Amino acid sequence: MPTPLHLAVALDGAGWHPAAWREPDARPTELLTPGYWVDLVTEAERGLLDLVTFEDAFALQSGDRWAPDERTDQVRGRLDAVQVAARVAPLTRSIGLVPTAVVTHTEPFHLSKAIATLDFVSTGRAGVRVRVGALPAEAAHIGRRQLPDLRELDPADPVAQAGLRELFDEAADWVEVLRRLWDSWEDGAEVRDVATGRFVDVGKLHYVDFAGPHFSVRGPSITPRPPQGQPLVAALAHQAVPYELVGRSADLGFVTPTDAADAARILAEIRTAQAAAGRAEETVHVLGDLVVFLDEDEATARSRKDRLDERAGSEYTSDAAVFVGTPSGLADLVADWTQAGLSGLRLRPATLPHDLRQVTTALVPELQRRGLFRTAYEASTLRGLLGLPRPANRYAAV
Amino acid sequence: MTKQVHKQVHLAAHFPGVNNTTVWSDPAAGSHIEFESFRRFAQAAERGKFDFMFLAEGLRLREQNGAIYDLDVVGRPDTFTVLAAVAAVTEHLGLAGTINSTFNEPYEVAREFATLDHLSGGRAAWNVVTSWDAFTGENFRRGGFLPQDQRYERARTFLATAMELLDSWRGDEIVADKETGEFLRTPTPGRFAHSDAHFDISGQFDVPRSPQGRPVVFQAGDSDEGREFAASGADAIFSRHGTKEAGQAFYADVKGRLAKYGRTPEELLILPAATFVVADTDAEAAELAAEVRKQQVSGQTALRKLEEVWNRDLSGYDPDGPLPEVDPLVGENTVAKGRASVRMNRDPLAVAVAWREQAEAKGLSIRELMIEVSSRQNFIGSPATVADQIDDLVQSDASDGFILVPHITPGGLDVFVDTVVPLLQERGVHRTDYTGTTLRDHLGLAPLGGTA
Repeated sequence: MPTPLHLAVALDGAGWHPAAWREPDARPTELLTPGYWVDLVTEAERGLLDLVTFEDAFALQSGDRWAPDERTDQVRGRLDAVQVAARVAPLTRSIGLVPTAVVTHTEPFHLSKAIATLDFVSTGRAGVRVRVGALPAEAAHIGRRQLPDLRELDPADPVAQAGLRELFDEAADWVEVLRRLWDSWEDGAEVRDVATGRFVDVGKLHYVDFAGPHFSVRGPSITPRPPQGQPLVAALAHQAVPYELVGRSADLGFVTPTDAADAARILAEIRTAQAAAGRAEETVHVLGDLVVFLDEDEATARSRKDRLDERAGSEYTSDAAVFVGTPSGLADLVADWTQAGLSGLRLRPATLPHDLRQVTTALVPELQRRGLFRTAYEASTLRGLLGLPRPANRYAAV
Repeated sequence: MTKQVHKQVHLAAHFPGVNNTTVWSDPAAGSHIEFESFRRFAQAAERGKFDFMFLAEGLRLREQNGAIYDLDVVGRPDTFTVLAAVAAVTEHLGLAGTINSTFNEPYEVAREFATLDHLSGGRAAWNVVTSWDAFTGENFRRGGFLPQDQRYERARTFLATAMELLDSWRGDEIVADKETGEFLRTPTPGRFAHSDAHFDISGQFDVPRSPQGRPVVFQAGDSDEGREFAASGADAIFSRHGTKEAGQAFYADVKGRLAKYGRTPEELLILPAATFVVADTDAEAAELAAEVRKQQVSGQTALRKLEEVWNRDLSGYDPDGPLPEVDPLVGENTVAKGRASVRMNRDPLAVAVAWREQAEAKGLSIRELMIEVSSRQNFIGSPATVADQIDDLVQSDASDGFILVPHITPGGLDVFVDTVVPLLQERGVHRTDYTGTTLRDHLGLAPLGGTA
């Protein structure tokens, strides 16, 4: 029996192309309204996708990867991703909800209870994508510390490498605290024992007592262990240091291969990091990220991309590979990449809702015809959809 | 100025949490953590045309005698996450969250409230509290604590900084003209720079202006500083003064402070927290209320509450026996941690003297005394009696309304909504339907324009 294919969609603004908001079906004045997000996630759920992710940062979007720009022709402004996911949760039933959290500038205690609560309000469909906030602009918004301007440094420069490693080590600590706090209440800690008057069994509540270079956390959480026990932890990774974070800390990695061979190479690096962290036996899913322009025929897709590029004033490029073509052609690519060992793909729709609808109404049926994708939701939790077990609690007495 | 004949009664609902107000042992008590409870509670409040629902906060589990306190409800969800989800299952109800100014940063709190206001169509409210104890700080990067004299200073600058961020978008920047390709009217929306003793931040805020412009601001706190802080800028103040005389005194004091800030009495609402027990008749309600008090203060709970003042382990005492003959330990309370109420008894020896006299005069056991001194049942009676009491307190300027705290989660609000609210509506003192869409509308506060 073939390994089940997993599909995710990455939601951001009007879509990933900077001119996406100008498309006829775009809703650029509604990007900050709940109805917009409910419609998108409902559409993704109609396509039986495993999960959606919501982008976030502690700075305004920018065309420049490292610094604010002053462009007025692109979407600017966004909402806190965890709340967007929570706002959507009661109105959806089956799809996983994975908001982005900026780990560098937030409290793991706050995010731990926020994601646990997202798991409660979605009855077991929560995850979190941890994002390192390396931008000097983000640090200046918080004022707690200064970050070096990595743009000024050659990525191979030892100072840049050390800075990057420190940020990712902190992210790993952050995830460690998150997971400890989720386990800080054992399942069934709430006993409601009327006879003794005890609401909880304090023997089932645990201090996490984490101490690291950037923060220490005593615990326990104020929020009980959530339905999934451990909501899903995801991270996007482009190079060695982030691959290690995926290998040692995540349940799900998003990577950006150029082709199937590249996917296999990246996967090997992550598996090595996973083994080095003593997690070789655990399932860590890896999804390939891909920006998609999808239409009934390839020429239409290509001319649509050309039109968007022309409006944006330059040819669109991305950290991920860009696919321009038909849902059937994309199905071939999906099959190819998963042959190389990926668990599936996270598709970044170039324009919303158009490319999302192409995924749900054309790609998914095509994959189903080929027997590669589910025809109904077969689990009620995100872990269930991904075939991951509900983890045992590290603090529970055996 | 002529006085309005019928003041409108503002009603809000506090989701009952970790205090011993909540009777978790009652068979009718449900989950305090599953979303279904929040949905049911919020929809009951909305059915009663309440102004808002309110969530309290506590960022560390309470401890007593070195162990996590286990007699009351323990645990609660994240405020913003629950309120964003509640926004999906309500249309009008205001969503008020308590967020402290010590273990957060202005940029993140501003973007959380701006987000909640967007996602709810203008229904967000922020109850600003100051939290400073090292005990709570152990869960956070910032750690540590603030000396008491810096609490309000940090709270004030935190609030002012957050407001600067929220005002950094005027509200007219987004054009989104597909034809011309102009998304923004200005290249640097949300630009800010703030520097003071607590915060040194600059850049661009990333959440455009929300429907209310900023959340409605609530403040709790009874000290002179707290009252002044509220008078200077809050939209509503939570008080504890539920009786007529104390309420009127508080009301007059706080409203009297507004003029020097150029504000009118309508710009700050006084909303005491209040509990209620409603039954078919006054006699039945009184009986039920006594039952509830017993459920709320078990023998074990009575001893633990006494320890908050005595600052000693009293577990060896009989709750059905007399008060301890030993005196309270004076000094930093090391027995009860994470409890706001501990700070209310600043002179434990005097409290002990008063309680001993009270117990002796009436022949009360520890448990009976604790039931008496911790009683917070404001409204007890038939629906007509409770409606009378509430209306009278509001019309006589003891308050502008009440934040109701039912003792059962989540269904405890239903009886009030179904029996008392219709009576208030008949009197013309409570709305029969929402007339506006935002929380500012419900509270009768003037809308804020953009700052252009």
